Amino acid sequence: MTQLPGLLDTEAIRKDFPILDRQVHDERKLVYLDNAATSQKPRQVLDALSEYYERYNANVHRGVHVLAEEATALYEGARDKVAAFINAPSRDEVIFTKNASESLNLVANMLGWADEPYRVDSETEIVITEMEHHSNIVPWQLLAQRTGAKLKWFGLTDDGRLDLSNIDQIITEKTKIVSFVLVSNILGTVNPVEAIVRRAQEVGALVCVDASQAAPHMPLDVQALQADFVAFTGHKMCGPTGIGVLWGRQELLEDLPPFLGGGEMIETVSMHSSTYAPAPHKFEAGTPPIAQAVGLGAAIDYLNSIGMDKVLAHEHALTEYAVKRLTEVPDLRIIGPATAEDRGAAISFTLGDIHPHDVGQVLDEQGIAVRVGHHCARPVCLRYGIPATTRASFYLYSTPAEIDALVDGLEHVRNFFG
Amino acid sequence: MKLDSMYQEVILDHYKNPHGRGLRDGDAEVHHVNPTCGDEITLRVKYDGTTIEDVSYEGQGCSISQASASVLNELLVGKELTDARRIQETFLELMQSKGKIEPDDAMEEVLEDAVAFAGVSKYPARVKCALLSWMAWKDATAQALGADAERKTA
Repeated sequence: MTQLPGLLDTEAIRKDFPILDRQVHDERKLVYLDNAATSQKPRQVLDALSEYYERYNANVHRGVHVLAEEATALYEGARDKVAAFINAPSRDEVIFTKNASESLNLVANMLGWADEPYRVDSETEIVITEMEHHSNIVPWQLLAQRTGAKLKWFGLTDDGRLDLSNIDQIITEKTKIVSFVLVSNILGTVNPVEAIVRRAQEVGALVCVDASQAAPHMPLDVQALQADFVAFTGHKMCGPTGIGVLWGRQELLEDLPPFLGGGEMIETVSMHSSTYAPAPHKFEAGTPPIAQAVGLGAAIDYLNSIGMDKVLAHEHALTEYAVKRLTEVPDLRIIGPATAEDRGAAISFTLGDIHPHDVGQVLDEQGIAVRVGHHCARPVCLRYGIPATTRASFYLYSTPAEIDALVDGLEHVRNFFG
Repeated sequence: MKLDSMYQEVILDHYKNPHGRGLRDGDAEVHHVNPTCGDEITLRVKYDGTTIEDVSYEGQGCSISQASASVLNELLVGKELTDARRIQETFLELMQSKGKIEPDDAMEEVLEDAVAFAGVSKYPARVKCALLSWMAWKDATAQALGADAERKTA
């Protein structure tokens, strides 16, 4: 078996993930390499979910009965765990949403409805990048269409990195918000936050970071990032679906208007008008995803028990190994950085003229789960002149043997369509 | 191996040597995409009355979507619209069967090479690939002949 420095004890970790024992297609061992789409869930998270429903289920922030108080404590306890996990200065800066898309839409809508100095209107500009997930493109396109603001973006270099050569022309005095991805879900690129934040601060623009592919894989410190908003989702980091996070700086959350109205987010309501609860509740209308928040809290406990710096080291070692092995496959072209430097554990590639759909199908037959398509980042495919890619993405339970299986599988794909 | 039921020799042949590929003169042109995977096709139809004179196309996509367009061209060019419609409907029925229809002789007579796609119907993610060009043809035909012709031949 391949031994790489920095690897976690995957034999022990994999015992926590029942699904990894599954066999598919005539007793083939599942090789799950679609972690950038969603991660698998450890027993500890599954147990937390069922324990919540079996023992504590109630609506939060309402009743005075025992269950209501316990459920509220668990839900708010999950907020504390998230705040600590991302080193937020205050727990009140952590807003629970449905997913990262909702978090990003929330920011875009807050800014569309905001008063000066935050207001996005026809005199102002929004800046994104060409490597964004559709969830960090479409909300800003919608905002630009509604307000008349101009949407600008950073292009990409041939080796899959942001082209910041014209940063002073892209981010200008007119820029109100710069929103970009910390780690690309398709290219794997880790972006240089500091350079972008520095320029944004020079012109007084707000900064929103999509950390969906970062929070699961590396230590995340919102204070060190110096961003104004950070969005991520629970299901990619061992948590359940249906729970996302938006972190925002407290004074912004106090000033910015709510987006969704309803129960939970109010202070008083009359038939003429309402006043709102302070953040984070101002942004959490209606019954929240309670069990899902509790599950995310359990996921954070699980990740902390391993250590995010160790998860990062593990994935870096795997990425280095995968880049080396994939480069050996004839006709394989990596779309994105060709080294493991400043790179996350998602690797997209094309294989000769064989369409990714066909690659994925033949890999699936061998039990290997990868993602194929444009990965909700179609502009990236257009930029590199390809219709789609095959993407393998790793997590804390992935092993070098699974990368070997992928490489063998690709050989089989080449023979099949050769 | 189960894969062979999807990737029939006939399909791979059409994929490697497509019939009638390339855009030629037409009465109507449509562009259809499969948003989940990025398969795309631009398709033109040319009619002589209600006879299909040509179906030309250009596109990018997986072997299933490309082979399906090739089979469509081979099957439909030269046919009367009523016959073509019957072929399209039979193909749709087969593709929506979730692998439950075992094509009989009658179906094989209608579909010819297109029966090879029976195995694809077991893979829900790939059914759309197989249907892409057929939906494009239906759309282009409606545009070329107008709603009137559609009703008459329906």
